[in-house]
Amino acid sequence: MATAFKQIEDEAIEAARSIAYSMPIEDIDMTDSARFVDNTHWAFFERLRKEAPVHYCANGRFGPFWSVTRYKDIMAVDTNHAVFSSEAHLGGITAKDQDDDFILPMFIAMDQPKHDMQRKAVSPIVAPANLAVLEVLIRERAQKIFDNLPINEPFDWVDRVSIELTTQMLATLFDFPWEDRRKLTYWSDVTTIDVSAPDAKMTRDEQRAILIECLTYFTGLWNQRVNAPPAGDLISMMVHNPSMRDMQPMEYLGNLVLLIVGGNDTTRNSITGGLLFLNENPGEYQKLREDHSLIESMVPEIIRYQTPLAHMRRTALQDTILGGQHIKKGDRVVMWYVSGNRDETEIENADAFIIDRARPRQHLSFGFGIHRCVGNRLAEMQLKIVWEEILKRWPMIEVIETPVRVQSAFVKGYERMMVRIPG
Amino acid sequence: MPRVTFVEPSGTEHQVEIANGYSVMEGALNNSIRGIDGDCGGNCACGTCHVYVAAEWRERTGTQSEMEHDMLEFAEGVRADSRLCCQIEMSDELDGLVVHIADSQH
Repeated sequence: MATAFKQIEDEAIEAARSIAYSMPIEDIDMTDSARFVDNTHWAFFERLRKEAPVHYCANGRFGPFWSVTRYKDIMAVDTNHAVFSSEAHLGGITAKDQDDDFILPMFIAMDQPKHDMQRKAVSPIVAPANLAVLEVLIRERAQKIFDNLPINEPFDWVDRVSIELTTQMLATLFDFPWEDRRKLTYWSDVTTIDVSAPDAKMTRDEQRAILIECLTYFTGLWNQRVNAPPAGDLISMMVHNPSMRDMQPMEYLGNLVLLIVGGNDTTRNSITGGLLFLNENPGEYQKLREDHSLIESMVPEIIRYQTPLAHMRRTALQDTILGGQHIKKGDRVVMWYVSGNRDETEIENADAFIIDRARPRQHLSFGFGIHRCVGNRLAEMQLKIVWEEILKRWPMIEVIETPVRVQSAFVKGYERMMVRIPG
Repeated sequence: MPRVTFVEPSGTEHQVEIANGYSVMEGALNNSIRGIDGDCGGNCACGTCHVYVAAEWRERTGTQSEMEHDMLEFAEGVRADSRLCCQIEMSDELDGLVVHIADSQH
C-alpha cells in the first residue's frame, strides 16, 4: 500500500521519457519548473548527459544558458572560480538573474576576495566545538517533536517535522525571537518562489515587499546586537565583524536570505526526502531497521539522492572551452547537481537509493570549491539525529500519498507529504 | 612500497603502505584511516583531507598550490604546515612520511 503512489509517479516519469527522447534536443529547457513539480526531469537530464553534456539552450525561461549535466564537468566548473564567477551583479548563482533594480549581494554570490572575508565571518557557527553544543540541543528538540506526533492518524510530515525542526535550528543560530520563528520559514519560502512561473503564488512586487519586511525585522535585531557584547549567534557575528559590520541594507538582506535558505530549505527537504526514499525502497528500510549503524552512510546518500538544490549558476568571465563547447565571456552556465548526482559514469548504480554505499559522500549536493556549503556537517548531523530518534521509536513510518513538490528548478523539495505512524 | 604514518589528534599512529602515484588521501581512504574524509575524491575541492606535514618532510612534499590555499582558507585549525593530502603524490622519496591529521574535517 505504502508505495502505491510510487507506481503512479513512475508511470508519469516513463511517459516523460518518450517526450524527452523525441523532442529536438536544442528545445530542452531544464529551467522549466513544471518538470520539477511533477518529478519528470530525470529522462531529460539522462538524455543531455548522453547526447549533449554541455548543452546550449537559446530560449530558456530566464534567457539563453548552458546546461552542464555530467559529474566531471560540473566539478570542473565549480572548482574554476577564476573563470566562472558567482557575482550577483553578473546574475548571481541561480539560473534566473538577480533583478537589476533589486540586487541582493551575499557571500555565496561574490567572488574573491570579498567572498572569503564574509564567509569566514560566519563560518565559526559550524566549527566543531559549536557543533558539539548544537548536537545536544537538536536532539532534545527532535525528541520533543517526535514525542508529540499523532499515532495511527494521517499528518503532514513536512509541516510537523521537517519545517519545525529546521526552523527551530535556524532560530537558534540567529538567536531569533522564539515565538516568531515561523517567520523564518515564511521568508525562506518567499525568497525562492519562482514569481515568473505561470501560476505563481505571488507577484514580484509582493515578494519584494515581504523581503523588505524581513529586512526591517532583522534590522531591529541588528540594532540590539550592536549595543551588546559579541555573542555566538550569526547576527552578532556579522555585527561585530570588520568585513560585515558596514554592510548596506540590501547586502545585509542578501546575506540573511542566504543563511535562511541555506540553513532551512535544504535540510528540510532532505528530512522529507529520506523518509520518502525509504518508503519507495522497502528493502533499504529493512536493512536500516536491522542495523541502525547504517544511518552514518545513509545520511549522505539521502543528501545525494534528494539534491535539495537542483543547480547552481555561474557566469563566464572569459571565453573558455568546456566539454568541447565554446563558452563565451558573459555566458550563463548552469551546473545541474541533480543530474551530476545521477551520472552513471561517476557513481555506480546512480539511480538507485542504497544506504550502505562504500563512498556515500562522493556527491555534488554541497557543491565543490570555494563556495562549498559551509553548513554541510551541521546538515548531516541534523539528519543523523532525526534518524536515530525515529528508529528508537518506530520501525516504520508510512508515506500514504504522493508528496506535493515545490514549483522550482532551484529548490528541489516538498510542500507537503502525508504520512501515518502505525500504532 | 613507500610507507606513511598517520598520527591521529589523540596521538595514535597508523603506518600504511601507499603505492607510488597514489595520493596520500587515497592511501588513507583505502586503509580506513579515521579523520580523513576526502569527499571530493581528490579534486582539491572540499578541504576534508587536511593534515599537518612534519617540518623535515615539507621540502619533499612541496607546498600548497593556489587552489589548495583557497580551500584551506576555510578549513579549521589551519597552520603554516597545513596541506590537503590529496595533493601529495606518493613516491619513493616520501617513504617514511609522517602526517598529523587535523582535528576535524568539514
